[in-house]
Amino acid sequence: MAEQDWKEDKKAFWAVSASPLLWTVLFFLLPMSFVWLYSFGSNVGLTEIEISGTLDNYKRATQWLYLSIFLKSFGVAAIVTVLCLIIGFPVAMALTFASEKWRPWLLLGIMLPFWTNLLIRTYALMIMLGSNGYANKAMGWLWDGASWIKTLVGLQPLPTWEPVQLLYNNLAVVLGLVYVHLPFMVLPLYSALDRLDKSLIEASLDLGAGHLRTLLKVVVPLAMPGVMAGVMITLIPALGAYLTPDLMGGTESQMIANVIERQFKRANDWPFGAALSFLLIYAMFILIALQGLRRKNGKEAH
Amino acid sequence: MSDKSPIIEIRNVSKRFGKVTAVDDVSLDIEPGEFFVLLGPSGCGKTTLLRMIAGFELPTEGQILIDGQDMAHVPPNRRPVNMVFQSYAVFPHMSVADNVAYGLKIAGVGRGEREERVREALELVKLGGFEARMPDQMSGGQRQRVALARSLVMRPKVLLLDEPLSALDAKLRAQMQFELADLQDQVGITFVTVTHDQDEALSMANRIGVMHKGDLAQLATPADLYEYPANRFVADFVGSVNIFEGTLSVDEPDRAAVDCPGVGKIFLNHGVTGPHGADVWVALRPEKIYLHVPGQGKAVTAAAQDAPDGHNFARGQITGMSYLGDITLYDIKLDGGETIRVSRPNLSRHDQDDFTWDDRVSMHWRADSPVVLLS
Repeated sequence: MAEQDWKEDKKAFWAVSASPLLWTVLFFLLPMSFVWLYSFGSNVGLTEIEISGTLDNYKRATQWLYLSIFLKSFGVAAIVTVLCLIIGFPVAMALTFASEKWRPWLLLGIMLPFWTNLLIRTYALMIMLGSNGYANKAMGWLWDGASWIKTLVGLQPLPTWEPVQLLYNNLAVVLGLVYVHLPFMVLPLYSALDRLDKSLIEASLDLGAGHLRTLLKVVVPLAMPGVMAGVMITLIPALGAYLTPDLMGGTESQMIANVIERQFKRANDWPFGAALSFLLIYAMFILIALQGLRRKNGKEAH
Repeated sequence: MSDKSPIIEIRNVSKRFGKVTAVDDVSLDIEPGEFFVLLGPSGCGKTTLLRMIAGFELPTEGQILIDGQDMAHVPPNRRPVNMVFQSYAVFPHMSVADNVAYGLKIAGVGRGEREERVREALELVKLGGFEARMPDQMSGGQRQRVALARSLVMRPKVLLLDEPLSALDAKLRAQMQFELADLQDQVGITFVTVTHDQDEALSMANRIGVMHKGDLAQLATPADLYEYPANRFVADFVGSVNIFEGTLSVDEPDRAAVDCPGVGKIFLNHGVTGPHGADVWVALRPEKIYLHVPGQGKAVTAAAQDAPDGHNFARGQITGMSYLGDITLYDIKLDGGETIRVSRPNLSRHDQDDFTWDDRVSMHWRADSPVVLLS
């Protein structure tokens, strides 16, 4: 039999790609298009939905009440992403420059949370942050210590320690989301930094630059693809976060996913929930498109 | 800076990585204006030594002085040396001009002077007009020139080059060997280069330090290194060589002889001052052996008469040959049993037909050609 390039063999191509393609169509595109159709429909009766092509759901979804929650979700996701970047960059640097012996263990430390259920991790964090949690206990202990030292040197003791409210507010949501999404930021950053030719760093030092200048002028610019990947991979799931604000947030720290969930469940208003969902999806598409455009421009500028 | 004192003094420097000793008690002076080459196989410690001069590694023991100053507590960015990296390490996100200006900006050189010096440096490496190019639009050879300009523009006291030519193709490498030597002449800066390529070392260096397993095996000029290797390692690593084991049977001020089983007696026209009867090695370069048809070598054997105590003469049969264009290499099984390699320039176009497989040949070499090695 004559030799044949399998890449050019149409039958081989279809044999390999048919099943993933079928999977995507059956279990992603098809159900999502039903949700999309629902967003143009209205409730008739308790369980029946008529797809009438109405835009009412979208009109309602763009009311200030919902728009403000969208904007707030964006704000929270942006803050979470920036915090993840600030914390994640040094972590990724440490991973990159760790010795061969330590690196696998450090990587394991980053990956370990992935292997634990999100719900359990969130509750565990809540135990730490509660009014009687360890965070408060530790702060109280430090407070008492400071007070004791003050009396020791003859000063007035501090007033009694009042536990700080660490849960059920916006801060708790941000904290929880940073905790959950940090590995998503660290891994692409690490992969970008690991690929960086280390002699570029040495060349910068060799030419007289200090470590900070080397970081800002050489390492960060060259790690930019990793930064952008990390930002996208953190921002998008943070934007659609549901569990963390639900468990750790207060009444004022609702994010858009919580509102959507309420439409599908308690309000039993699937068309409106679908419209809200698709607004969120469109927003993500725009983000990804912007990122793609930026990369294309970056390539052309060269 | 006094002209006489060495620009780099390496004093009893050792470097250990855990249990591995990369550099073992090396002492070495490099003179100002010298083109110094550290030569050795991979893993011999030459790059580690270079990186210690640059400041990227710290000696475990010993001291490095640059221009009389102890470098023990001087970080790389404060040392009066610059390095050209093996990968060139040209910043891929900066234009050629920005790459070259990088160090000057840090040094606080004003814009006007900076642009002037960048232009000069690029002209020096024949990259005038390439200012706005990005590195990914350049060939490997051009990127290396950028790296050279970026270092030279800093006017360092010493320029360190880590395997500068290893990534270039053979033609370009030969050309760059000349250019680097020229450039060094022009700027008068001390060059310290690391390489594993003996041709590169011989053609560029004023002096070569051969390294072997962390030790400095020999320190000599290129010609001395080739003609008077200090030990078997150097003789074998620099150029190709026949090495025969033997015992020193004659050792007088004006002559010596070594009995080599499988070859015969090898005569020298100078003393060796080795212990009599000791086991020694004789190194003989393939190009120093004259090859002729048995019985027709009367005229040439006369040249061998300068061996005071006999002729360096042998017979054998060609067992292998390889035609390299300019020369032909012959492997000859001597009647004594040893195999010897002989190279012969192809002086005329049809020389390669003169000798061929299975031919009986005789050969001789001058009494000042063999080198006796004690280690």
